[in-house]
Amino acid sequence: MKTIGIIDYGMGNLHSVLNACKFLGINAFCSGDADKLSEADGLILPGVGAFPDAMTCLESTGLDLFIKEYVKEKPLLGICLGMQLLFDSSSEVRECKGLGLIPGKVIKLTACEKSREYKIPHMGWNSLEILNPDSPIMKGQSDVPFVYFVHSFKALPDSRDDIIAVSDYGEEVCAAVGRGNVFGTQFHPEKSEKTGLRMISAFAEII
Amino acid sequence: MITKRIIPCLDVKDGRVVKGTNFVNLRDAGDPIEIAKLYNTKGADELVFLDITASHENRDTIVDVVERTSREVFMPLTVGGGIRTIDDFKKILRAGADKVSVNSAAVKNKYLISEAADKFGSQCVVLAIDAKRRGDGGFSVYINGGRIDTGIDVIEWACEAEELGAGEILLTSMDTDGTKSGFDIEITSKVASLLNIPVIASGGGGSKEHFKDIFTKSEASAALAATLFHYRELEIPDLKEYLRQENINVRI
Repeated sequence: MKTIGIIDYGMGNLHSVLNACKFLGINAFCSGDADKLSEADGLILPGVGAFPDAMTCLESTGLDLFIKEYVKEKPLLGICLGMQLLFDSSSEVRECKGLGLIPGKVIKLTACEKSREYKIPHMGWNSLEILNPDSPIMKGQSDVPFVYFVHSFKALPDSRDDIIAVSDYGEEVCAAVGRGNVFGTQFHPEKSEKTGLRMISAFAEII
Repeated sequence: MITKRIIPCLDVKDGRVVKGTNFVNLRDAGDPIEIAKLYNTKGADELVFLDITASHENRDTIVDVVERTSREVFMPLTVGGGIRTIDDFKKILRAGADKVSVNSAAVKNKYLISEAADKFGSQCVVLAIDAKRRGDGGFSVYINGGRIDTGIDVIEWACEAEELGAGEILLTSMDTDGTKSGFDIEITSKVASLLNIPVIASGGGGSKEHFKDIFTKSEASAALAATLFHYRELEIPDLKEYLRQENINVRI
């Protein structure tokens, strides 16, 4: 049976992702040990918190280098901050380098500057516009799925081809990305009920 | 299309769901996990567990409830009630909650907000405010389950909490709570129009129209109710269908 490794690097709630995998009958474990994680057939990089802290945690444990090697052969799904970390850099707190697996940067949401209607964080259920319905992680999704977001920064991929889905929050928000073995969702599939669980299942199918 | 959130609140005492009106007259009504699952299927957007367990030795019952719920329900879960320390935050978040709401303890030590935000991220720090009208037309912050008037101004406190790093405000009007006469549009709109973080309106929701009013007459991002949903006086699917017809974005 295939196994998902959930990367434990000291940032955020891993248990929700683990719970979702268990509920779906997917073999999964949490670990911060590269040797153990390397045995998994696919990885999930979760994360809440600030970008620089997360990179510091990854770099101090060597997990950053491990991840870069791992995705040359096997798939990885980044969730929320875990998706943002896939990019080249972020301006959260200070200019900070990311994993550089998807070309692009992470910047602060801006719609709040134009209208009070758009609170920060972007928190709640938003609909997805799926730009790449052929992406394996979108398998079985309805035309306009709703998913749960909580974030204040957004990714700006250099190439539109890497974008799987977007959402509208007074500005375009990159909601899901995919480039080769590397996938990411800005929203929380593990908190997005059936829609999100379906995405986790779809990811488990490609590992 | 961001949607307005409909949030049922479950009052949990010693691991069981109860609901009081105006903080007294508790009625026992079941297993929190079963009720959470039920709300999930009905299309609730989030759940709030308010722990009203009084005795110290039963404090960990809520941790168990959260753990069991998060194994079966995959939607955002907020836990509040009796949160005093960073360690309380850690316990509740580890158990599977996404957000923790603080009330009295944050009034007594405002740095609980900033410390929690630094440690766990603003997104999981909800400041709950119990607001009550003063004679002069302003609103005061009450603590200890609405028993103590702190004399602090609600608007000033909400703004300060945002600066300290709160990610959301859960604003309960004690004037409307339990009355089913409608949400308190005045205080909600005052607070929501000043803040950049989302505000959840709470207290007084009694009909579909009340939800429409709070969403059209204030910038509330979400509305919370307890007995209304709990005793099935209003069903969430009916409420959402009505709001959709009234051109309010909801997740259906």
